[in-house]
Amino acid sequence: MYLYNLTLQQATGIVCAINGSFSGGKSQEIVVARGKVLDLLRPDDNGKIQTILSVEVFGAIRSLAHFRLTGAHKDYIVVGSDSGRIVILDYNKEKNVFDKIHQETFGKSGCRRIVPGQYLGIDPKGRAVMVGACEKQKLVYVLNRDTSARLTISSPLEAHKSHTIVYSIVGVDCGFDNPVFAAIELDYSEADQDSTGQAASEAQKHLTFYELDLGLNHVSRKWSEQVDNGANMLVTVPGGGDGPSGVLVCAENFVIYKNQGHPDVRAVIPRRADLPAERGVLIVSAAMHKQKSMFFFLLQTEYGDVFKVTLDHDNDRVSELKIKYFDTIPVSSSLCVLKLGFLFAASEFGNHGLYQFQAIGDDPDVESSSATLMETEEGFQPVFFQPRGLKNLVRIDQVESLMPIMDMKVSNLFEEETPQIFSLCGRGPRSSLRILRPGLAISEMAVSQLPGVPSAVWTVKKNVNDEFDAYIVVSFTNATLVLSIGETVEEVSDSGFLDTTPSLDVSLIGDDSLMQVHPTGIRHIREDGRINEWRTPGKRTIVKVGSNRLQVVVALSGGELIYFEVDMTGQLMEVEKHEMSGDVACLDIAPVPEGRQRSRFLAVGSYDNTIRILSLDPDDCMQILSLQSLSSPPDSLLFLEVQASIGGEDGADHPASLFLNTGLQSGVLFRIVVDMVTGQLSDARSRFLGLRAPKLFSVAVRGRRAMLCLSSRPWLGYIHQGHFLLTPLSYETLEYAASFSSDQCAEGVVAVAGDALRVFTIERLGETFNEMTIPLRYTPRKFVLQPKRKLLVIIESDQGSFAAEEREASRKECFEAAGMGENGKKEMENGGDDEDKDDPLSDEQYGYPKAESDKWVSCIRVLDPRTTETTCLLELQDNEAAFSICTVNFHDKEYGTLLAVGTAKGLQFWPKRSFSAAYIHIYRFMKDGRSLELLHKTQVDGVPLALSQFQGRLLAGIGPVLRLYDLGKRRLLRKCENKLFPNTINSIHTYRDRIYVGDVQESFHYCKYRRDENQLYIFADDSVPRWLTASYHIDFDTMAGGDKFGNIYFVRLPQDVSDEIEEDPTGGKIKWEQGKLNGAPNKVEEIVQFHVGDVVTCLQKASLIPGGQESLIYGTVMGSLGALLAFSSRDDVDFFNHLEMHMRQEHPPLCGRDHMAYRSAYFPVKDVVDGDLCEQFPTLPMDLQRKIADELDRTPGEILKKLEEIRNKIV
Amino acid sequence: MQASDRFNINSQLEHLQAKYVGTGHADMNRFEWAVNIQRDSYASYVGHHPILSYFAIAENESIGRERYNFMQKMLLPCGLPPEREDD
Repeated sequence: MYLYNLTLQQATGIVCAINGSFSGGKSQEIVVARGKVLDLLRPDDNGKIQTILSVEVFGAIRSLAHFRLTGAHKDYIVVGSDSGRIVILDYNKEKNVFDKIHQETFGKSGCRRIVPGQYLGIDPKGRAVMVGACEKQKLVYVLNRDTSARLTISSPLEAHKSHTIVYSIVGVDCGFDNPVFAAIELDYSEADQDSTGQAASEAQKHLTFYELDLGLNHVSRKWSEQVDNGANMLVTVPGGGDGPSGVLVCAENFVIYKNQGHPDVRAVIPRRADLPAERGVLIVSAAMHKQKSMFFFLLQTEYGDVFKVTLDHDNDRVSELKIKYFDTIPVSSSLCVLKLGFLFAASEFGNHGLYQFQAIGDDPDVESSSATLMETEEGFQPVFFQPRGLKNLVRIDQVESLMPIMDMKVSNLFEEETPQIFSLCGRGPRSSLRILRPGLAISEMAVSQLPGVPSAVWTVKKNVNDEFDAYIVVSFTNATLVLSIGETVEEVSDSGFLDTTPSLDVSLIGDDSLMQVHPTGIRHIREDGRINEWRTPGKRTIVKVGSNRLQVVVALSGGELIYFEVDMTGQLMEVEKHEMSGDVACLDIAPVPEGRQRSRFLAVGSYDNTIRILSLDPDDCMQILSLQSLSSPPDSLLFLEVQASIGGEDGADHPASLFLNTGLQSGVLFRIVVDMVTGQLSDARSRFLGLRAPKLFSVAVRGRRAMLCLSSRPWLGYIHQGHFLLTPLSYETLEYAASFSSDQCAEGVVAVAGDALRVFTIERLGETFNEMTIPLRYTPRKFVLQPKRKLLVIIESDQGSFAAEEREASRKECFEAAGMGENGKKEMENGGDDEDKDDPLSDEQYGYPKAESDKWVSCIRVLDPRTTETTCLLELQDNEAAFSICTVNFHDKEYGTLLAVGTAKGLQFWPKRSFSAAYIHIYRFMKDGRSLELLHKTQVDGVPLALSQFQGRLLAGIGPVLRLYDLGKRRLLRKCENKLFPNTINSIHTYRDRIYVGDVQESFHYCKYRRDENQLYIFADDSVPRWLTASYHIDFDTMAGGDKFGNIYFVRLPQDVSDEIEEDPTGGKIKWEQGKLNGAPNKVEEIVQFHVGDVVTCLQKASLIPGGQESLIYGTVMGSLGALLAFSSRDDVDFFNHLEMHMRQEHPPLCGRDHMAYRSAYFPVKDVVDGDLCEQFPTLPMDLQRKIADELDRTPGEILKKLEEIRNKIV
Repeated sequence: MQASDRFNINSQLEHLQAKYVGTGHADMNRFEWAVNIQRDSYASYVGHHPILSYFAIAENESIGRERYNFMQKMLLPCGLPPEREDD
């Protein structure tokens, strides 16, 4: 089995983010690392975040930093990754790519303890960069410019210190003195030797300054001083005239200002009043904002509260450090303050936010200061505050993030053409169920009913230079309706259009006149109102029309073509007639090329399953240039011109080309390249779009021509970042469409469907899925689908939170307290108070209050996804939390389908896993499955992490025990068990009499149940320890699994072993009793292995296109979705293997990690071709593309076609 | 084997031990070995963001807190060292 891996949805979570001006000038951009993807984002004028560039780097990005050389106008990006290399990137605005400026190797690849890459510190003046590891190693590179102003990088200077753990590294701002870097270090050498524990308890963190002597080219330890033992992060303080220099040390509960030769200035971080006393407050992200006259810091705690930190200083003496409560936003992994007055918060989990500053926290608020710091016998006096509504920030945009995907299932619950992906995302109060559909989201602007059922719609401008359309013309079976577009859209009768007849085409002709083609003639409406009519000869009628701005061809019944051109005076003149052999099915004229009088090509589709390209040049007018036969009669034709591009923000390097698209009656879209000189046809591609013949229309997308195909659902064909994408729209079936442009909507589409006229715009181009979000209460764990009743049952549980009633009570208390306080204060506060009432401390924003770690909250929810309504919600009581769920039909069928839920009470992971009790609940469905009723619960002796139905009974994985239960009246009845599993069972799949058990550390175990002897036994297991996080049953002998380290693998029981077991009357039992190597007698073989680079949490086999081949879909913690598709032919395997090999050679990954090594990070990659790498082929320069294509004995076009074909097989 | 060779191998080993933390030696005890493995593991967790997030979800803590906890655990990952036997 050979598989093709393709990422369908790139990771949406963010590891770290930096902001700067990467394209130069005044622009403000954000570079975000999403694990293995590097993105460049930019907020546009409307405050919406746009993705400008996205590159998969095939390596784990761990840290990012940016720097600017003195006097330069743009920032460079430094990437710390797992490649053992330092990489400096420059964003190339013209080509829209990251250019690798420098790549210097310093160590082994992989995320290792002593190989730098974890931390990056930058000299604020851009003269040096320090790259550090978790332990020991730190390297400094000097950055400089050569004579032609190119960036140079020195050889590394070592600043190592053995036996030292490093917590954070930053560059210290000391103006143009020698660059200094600060690090928080902890020496463990003594603690490792001292068995009394005294050295360990005395171990002290130090703040160390490393100075790079630019004269001597040497790094020395300049200064080292003890620092609070809770220190975890450093923040640079401006220096060199802008501030006092030095660093802020963020420690648990404190922020401390430190500098060489300066006494510590310490202030406590205010605590939430409801925080348990044993919990500290840790700063997890920070941002500094510097203006000419002032600077401040925004520090965010692990609970989401943002504090503004300011320093009172006199030159370089800091007198006071103030920490003021600013606002509360979801916990972020990075904060970026943009110069435009925006704050970009890259959330740890869930959607990222873009906020606008309303104020910078100058109003009075809870504040702690170094001046009022009180030290008592129990330590420093805490300062308390109560979170409130946003005061200084306002959210203006959010970027969707699926991180983390906890569980996912693909099913066609809504009975649409393609199945939906149901995914459980997010954590705590920000969790949600997201229903993903392949396709682009649209936003509907208007729907209006029309007097009849329209057959077609057009939009026209009055003049070529107009920006917006003037009329919408709607044709009915016996009339035409003209609507004028202005402030409102209303019917007009003075437009000159004939309204008593249906229309076949309406368009702008020449510079400023309009044309209406109706069955008996052509009506030409001049700008001054004069009307010219051309009538069809005899009783013949016009059946089809093709036109561009200067040329019109009409096809009469019987197959006669008449060709008109617009002459110099703007008259429409008949030029040529041509008799076709039979009726014309469809026709189209290519758009007039820039600077030309006419287009040379007319395409005519006939019912004899052919398309002909006819010339329109005067010297060979109506000559057939080429002919293409088709599999079924054509129904619609459209020429699509792709302009030449040299890259830039939305295109890769490619020459101009002309495509002829044909919608066939069989529902297939046929796409072929037309040679722009000779009209020869080549490179045909076809794709099935739906059950109806696609009708093709030209629309504008981001200023370029794109194609709308209306089959049983609408599709959009457009170019995105150099790829031609054909993507379905998530919208109902449309009959006819036209592009629409008006004041309110620059790039829209007007379409007719049924008796309604619809105006909509297409959003989020480039995305594969559009999502519908249903909020949930706690972190979702697992869910089951009930396909018949079309309901979902979801279990949600959270550790360390208060139960709903307790939360409600404490919130009430808090509001009362706040209300009391505010009433006592001035009127001024009322404004803010009102806002609070609109949004009374939404948990989504503030998170649930923290409780002790042995407290759990959990619920079981029955959800109807169509109405998004929760039909039943059961909160579990007394620290009980649900971990596993399944539906089960017991063989006595008394109750029909029942629901089994595995729970644990007071579960704790630390210091050792413990719990006070564990149960399996059995619920019965009431009210047609919309409600649950507890039948009984059975106490068990371990946490049931896996449940499954098996032969009319319930199989449960309880700790290391696999147990079979039957349903009793009061409780479940034990029937059989096997205690031989190594650790903890976390998944059970069954098929016929086999049971496939997944162990949390030890991969799969294949078991059998012998009914006659009532025995469960393991007959095969895996020889590799795998920390399973996801599993899926593929076939009788094969299982697919995902492990904690980011691998996907397939194991299969060898055929002979499988046969032997099936044939053996004892079912391999005799052999089983012998065992092998402390395990089962048979071992499964690994047949597929692939490193995804992200923890896979769910797997499912499904087909995302109607009638397509099934692929294995996976979802990951970082919120990405991917698919593994099995190749169906040996030729394809060879082709893609070779393409991958050449891509590895010619296009090594951006951040310096070797592609093959990355995909084999834990185990050697086996039989998987990486489609993500192959799909980078179109981004290569033309000559490289040709070189690779030559080696493969193909043309670049053929390779692109192959890539497109295989992608279309998946989604 | 000649004496100079032996010296060479020893010095090479010493060099390796100095350069690569965790390189073992003949007298390494169970505790030292375990400490190394644990520190390597924690460093790997901190380096791989998806794994760190996975732990953060399990413990319902923020990723930043989880990273800090792992770094803290690198000090004494396996508890106190055993008492030394007399050399």
